[in-house]
Amino acid sequence: MSTFIAFREGGQSVLKRIEAFFDALFGSAGNPWRHLGALGFYFAWLAMVTGIYLFIVLDTGIEDVYTSIEYYTHQQWWLGGIMRSIHRYSADALVAVMLLHLAREFFYGRYHGFRWFSWITGVPVIWLVYASGIGGYWLVWDKLGQFSAIASAEWFDWLPIFSDPATRNFLTPESLNDRFFSLLVFLHIGIPLLLMLALWAHLLRVSRPDVFPSRALGWGSLAMLLALALVKPTVSHGRADLAVVPTALDLDWYYLFIHPLMNLTSPAGLWVIAGGFTLLLLVLPLLPHRKQEPIAVVNPPNCNGCRRCFEDCPFTAVVMEPHPDKPGHELARVIPDLCASCGICAGACPSSTPFRSVEELVTGIDMPRQPVSALRGEMERKIAALAAAPKIVVFGCECAADARGLERADTAVMNLMCSGLLPPSFVEYALRGGADGVLVTGCREGSCAYRFGTQWTEQRLRGAREPHLRAANVPPERLRLAWADPHEGGGLEVALTEFRKHLQTLGADEKRPRAYTRRIAHYG
Amino acid sequence: MDNAAVSHAHAFKFTPASIVGQALFYGLFAIIVGYFSTGPRYQHLAPDLALIKLSFSHHGQPVTECRKRTAEELAKLAPNMRAPMACPRERSPVTVQVELDGKPLHRSVTAPSGLSKDGTSTTYQRFEVPAGEHTLAVKMNDSIRVEGFNYVKEEKLTLKPAQIVVIDFAADKGGIFFAQ
Repeated sequence: MSTFIAFREGGQSVLKRIEAFFDALFGSAGNPWRHLGALGFYFAWLAMVTGIYLFIVLDTGIEDVYTSIEYYTHQQWWLGGIMRSIHRYSADALVAVMLLHLAREFFYGRYHGFRWFSWITGVPVIWLVYASGIGGYWLVWDKLGQFSAIASAEWFDWLPIFSDPATRNFLTPESLNDRFFSLLVFLHIGIPLLLMLALWAHLLRVSRPDVFPSRALGWGSLAMLLALALVKPTVSHGRADLAVVPTALDLDWYYLFIHPLMNLTSPAGLWVIAGGFTLLLLVLPLLPHRKQEPIAVVNPPNCNGCRRCFEDCPFTAVVMEPHPDKPGHELARVIPDLCASCGICAGACPSSTPFRSVEELVTGIDMPRQPVSALRGEMERKIAALAAAPKIVVFGCECAADARGLERADTAVMNLMCSGLLPPSFVEYALRGGADGVLVTGCREGSCAYRFGTQWTEQRLRGAREPHLRAANVPPERLRLAWADPHEGGGLEVALTEFRKHLQTLGADEKRPRAYTRRIAHYG
Repeated sequence: MDNAAVSHAHAFKFTPASIVGQALFYGLFAIIVGYFSTGPRYQHLAPDLALIKLSFSHHGQPVTECRKRTAEELAKLAPNMRAPMACPRERSPVTVQVELDGKPLHRSVTAPSGLSKDGTSTTYQRFEVPAGEHTLAVKMNDSIRVEGFNYVKEEKLTLKPAQIVVIDFAADKGGIFFAQ
């Protein structure tokens, strides 16, 4: 098991470095590695849109299908030919990003716990993508389609499901008729529709799914496909002839690699490989994993039904229900199976403000492992214990670069389960409670283990999302953000050193928020 | 309301270096997509070979002969079930032997499908053989009540490279036939 974990964590470490490199080129919003799923959707949409045009001009018949495709490939290359090439290459790119997405989610360990449903429902998506793509090759009915159709039939004939072998449909030129192609067209539309249904299920437990790449990434990808279509237009092999074996083939390895693999092994061997891979994906969530932290808990007397936790939850784990005692009001409820135990909801709760003077700070929705009250108490104690200036409070994140090692005589570190757990008012509270500066760190955007922790925190601190940081009370000079993934601990330390120097240049009273001391302090 | 300290923490600005880097990335991705979309070339069958496919879907003969029901037997049956002949459901397995140039190429015994063994016996085999002149002999037995082979077909064939010859069986075509 330790080898398995080491393999996964090694892959994750490599991925994080690649993603950080691409952040510099594309920015996190446009970084293709951080939006592989969205790119997959994009390529699927492109394949569908171009497929609609190709369907309109396609003649379904043994002779007609090839002739019609040849016509729009060569005579109408400027429209039909380009459409065909984009259809082909977008489908190929879909496989590439789908497999990368699968690998990335695996290395990040996103296949168990509250994520099991999205992982399991992703498995049939792989089969449906392949079924859609392979069926498309048959439709062309050139030598490649002939090869693929016969090889597929040989593969399925191994299963005891046909009374008459499927291969007998392709024995001689007389075996086929026009109805076969009508069936193929139907399947090449029907299976992609099933794929859409499977993708809907795949995203069912994901709030605000990332299904559209950024505008820059979308245009860039389209331009790439267009350039590829012009430089290397997709062409057919020769017309299919069931009396002759296709010998040398320019194979689309993204989809059709299964045929050489079967010829290398056997139909049974390919079933073992495909079935074994599928089974492996399906059992991964069942392997022993680290136990999940206790989930979020709603405290009804402190929940005013503001819906912020409902809006911010990345996994649709919070639902709003009619308040049992207050007609016309709502109450948050946590669905245990969906909760990721990230704490983003607690950071969103307006009741999480530390300025409340109650002895026991109980918020509307809280995390049992890191209750807001305990965080306030810990912060008060740590600020009081700081012995050197400038006094800095670092809000760290357990999933990002480890901030705990930054603790010094002048630096207190609050290590949060997720940066999204930070109620923005804690920043103001720290500054008014004696800190000279606050540094907030967490995963890079797009790298957050809980999807939106970084994004929501940044928006809350910027004042673009509720609950927002009161900018009038917090001088921007005394707040700094430094997003850093786990391998970027050195960069985080540099950012802290620079911030420390910056704070030293500020006068003692310069732009300092008005001091505030809670009437009843835990440390007092 | 906007906090200047964080308002541009993630704002990405295109620079000449990032534009060149993005162009290189898109170019590399296009090369990977474009190359594996058609390459490397796959040699499915060596250029000097031809293919013989053996495929049939055939009901073997009943394992025993049909017999005429007696008047007593018919009387015991419901009126709508009084078929004069009683035939067994179970079919014989089908034995096939293929020889090429006098040498055995394949032999198989295919059981009838179905729980009652009353379905077809089916087979599909492919043999890659050198192109050129060959003598192809196929023998089949579809009845356990017959000794030896009750269908035999032998023919001299000249196979071109990549040519497919299909060995099939159809009673209305006289039994075993070669399609090429």
